[in-house]
Parts: sequence; C-alpha cells; structure tokens
Amino acid sequence: MTDSNYDEIMQLLCDRLSSLTNSSAQISPETNLISQLSIDSIKLLNLIMEVEDAFDISIPINALADVQTVRELVDLVHKIKSAS
Amino acid sequence: MNLLEKIDAAAAARKALLPNGVGAFGIPIEEVYSATEAKIGDRRVLLLGTNNYLGLTFAPECIQAAHEAIDKEGTGTTGSRMANGSYFGHRALEKEFADFYQCSSSIVFTTGYQANLGTISGLVGPGDTVLIDGDSHASIYDGCILSGADIIRFKHNDVADMEKRLRRLGSRVETTLVIAEGIYSMLGDQAPLAEIVKLKNQYGCILLLDEAHSLGVLGETGQGLVEKTGLLQEVDFITGTFSKSLCSIGGFCVSNHPQLEQLRYISHPYIFTASPSPATIASTRAALELLRKGSHLRKQLWNNCTQLYSALKEAGYVLGPDPGPVIAAVVDTPQQALLLWQQLLEHNIYVNLILPPAAPEGKSLVRCSVNAAHTEDQIRYVGDTFAKLYSVISSHS
Repeated sequence: MTDSNYDEIMQLLCDRLSSLTNSSAQISPETNLISQLSIDSIKLLNLIMEVEDAFDISIPINALADVQTVRELVDLVHKIKSAS
Repeated sequence: MNLLEKIDAAAAARKALLPNGVGAFGIPIEEVYSATEAKIGDRRVLLLGTNNYLGLTFAPECIQAAHEAIDKEGTGTTGSRMANGSYFGHRALEKEFADFYQCSSSIVFTTGYQANLGTISGLVGPGDTVLIDGDSHASIYDGCILSGADIIRFKHNDVADMEKRLRRLGSRVETTLVIAEGIYSMLGDQAPLAEIVKLKNQYGCILLLDEAHSLGVLGETGQGLVEKTGLLQEVDFITGTFSKSLCSIGGFCVSNHPQLEQLRYISHPYIFTASPSPATIASTRAALELLRKGSHLRKQLWNNCTQLYSALKEAGYVLGPDPGPVIAAVVDTPQQALLLWQQLLEHNIYVNLILPPAAPEGKSLVRCSVNAAHTEDQIRYVGDTFAKLYSVISSHS
C-alpha cells in the first residue's frame, strides 16, 4: 500500500510515537507498540484522540484490540479514514 | 512468553514501583474501630482512604436492620433473581430508589461495578456507539467493552471536545449513549452537566450519569449532581453504588424510560449473578432513609471537605479543581507519591496511593476521602501532617 494518505498516516504516527517514547530507537512499521516502545494503554488512548483530531475521524478504541505493531495501527487508521 | 510468564512480567513491573514490604494496595486492616479509625499493623490509624462519605458504616439503624434480615431470611439468596426469585426487600428497595429519583423504573444490581456493566451492556450493542469521558471509571470502560459497541472517548470534562466527537458521528448519534460521572473518583471534580445535557438535547443522543461518588454528597436530599444542578429530568439513566454513602454493597439504575425494565431479561451482569443478600438489602434501605434526611450529615461532610481542601492548598499541594469528599494531592513522580503515602501512614493516617497508569494523564496521586464522621480535630491533624510533609516530598526526586 503506497498511497499518499497511507504514507501521511505512517509519518504522523511515527513522529508522535517517537515523541511519546522519547526513544532514539528507529521506529519501523514492524515495531511492536507495547514490547518495543512500552506504550501503555493510557498513552495509546490519548494518541488515538490526537489521530482522530488530525484526520477528523472517529476511531473506536475497541478496534485497538487487534493492534500490536505500528503497521497494524496505520492500517486501522487508514481503513477508517478511507471509509469516512 | 507463555501465559504465566506474562503475569510474572506484570508482577515485576508492580514490584519495580513498590519496593519489597510496601503493601500500599490491599493493605491488611486488622480491626475496624469506627467510621474513622482502624488498626493497621500495630497502629491505630485515621481512615482517609475509604468512601464512607456520610460516615454511616456503624449507624445503629443499618446494623439493626441487617441483623433482623438475617434472622428472618437467612444469610444469602443462593442465586439469581431470575431463577431464585425477588425477595420483598429487593422489590422494596427498587421502589424506594424509583421514588427517591421520581422515576418510573429502577433495578438493583449486586455490585456497583455490575450496575454499570449491566446497564451499559443492556442499553447498547454492536453497531451502536458509546461516547465516554476519558477519565471514566473501569466499570464504565468494561461495560462498554462487554456491550460490543464502538467506544469513543472525549477529553475529561471538555465539552468542546465532546461536541467535536458527537459531530463526527453524523447520523450515528441516534444510537449513541453518552456517559459521564457526577464526581470523578481520581481528582474529585464534577461533570459540567448543564453543558453535557445541552449537547445531548441538541444532538438527540441518550445520556447516562454515574452518581457513584456524588450520591449522598450533592443536592439537598443527596440525589447527586442531578439535584445540585436541577437537571434530574434531563438525564436518561442514572446509575450508582451502595458501597460509598450507603455503606453496603450493590448498585442501581433508575430511569423514566420503561425500556429499563427489559434489562432484567437481557443484561447478563443482572441475570447471571446471585442477588444481594437480605442483610445487604436491609442495611441499604435503612441507609437510604438516613441519606435522604441527612442534610446535617452533608453539611458536616462539606465543612470537613472545605477545611481539608483549604489546608492542603495552603500547604502548597496541587489539588483537583473542586473541593469535595475526594481530595487528591497530585505529585510529580511515583516515588514522591509513595514517600508521602508511607510518611502519612507513619503518622497514623491511611490514604490511597494511585500510580500510573491508574491515575489520569500519567499523574501520581495521594488521595484522601473525607467523611461526615471525621471530627474537626481529626481533619486539622491530617491537614497539619500534610503541611509538615510538604517540604520532605518536594525535596525528594
């Protein structure tokens, strides 16, 4: 998937995750949000609110149950954004 | 990592926060002396970590009612109301709650947690939406998850943020349940109910208000935030618990929507659990009567709240925005919170320690719960001790 929307979402999420974790580690699509970035549930929920605002969409937090990696999060946001 | 290793990892994370020997969570209480004092270890401590807001845990009327119920009906119902039937007390308490809130329907649940679980999961389902405050209690989150509805959060007590999210839902607002709380349990602040009601009416959704911490505390007769704001008739469903101002265990939902009655047949947390015991129901009924005519208790409670809130604020602590029975000191680090909690216990004061991620926005809290039975001297001692410890905490990184 290489459309500009997808790339825009990936870039935004990588930037925000990098700032949330204060980590110098490279964030890639396969990076695990919990085991590698130590994103706790509250941080993730607050990040979702930011993403909702950035793209003017609604992201149900129960959809996060299937999300473990950065790519899976981008896929979810892209799917919702494309359908809106 | 297998299942048990995952639990070990969680235990290691907890240990990292709390050094060995510190039992801040689930502290052993050896004896309870009164509504305000208990024995922890070998200390007689002041209880500032309970939700006994009206101080009724030892009210003779409640104790006598519980004794009589045990003598008359035994210790338990041994099953659900669906299967084992509804005792006179269950039905009477439901009528009394309906009367108290001037509502046509009322359901009693076995715990306050189940009241939210059962009400929310009965009202919404897959394809519906719940719009909840970001600082909602776990029972609200869990009720939403159980329902299968889409869960959207708005920023805590931020009405503009709530409206933005309502607008995004478009036509889905017709099947949206908005949920707020009368008093939030972490910082003790109150929901901006008038603005929330205005949006609910503007967008045409349904509103549920959880009065768990505000029942008995707010309003002339103790109905909660709905009474304080005069908005009782604007809220669709009200839930609450018996385990705070009513000093027992259980929960309720009241409404003027006749559909509430159907929850008895579709709500698993109502159907598939044993009903409250006769003693629990009897003491709750007695406590509700005391609560309704307890304006003198509320006056004493609020005097105590104001006194302690002012003392902590004057000492330099960062507190929640509203004085009330939940007074939380917000500190910079979990280590500071732990030190303050330990030092207070050394001074014979028991409060609640709340560390991330349990507290909102990654904060660390030392939370006091004030009650009507605390004396002026007890409150003064607690305030003075907090003040004495301020410099110790501030210099601890």
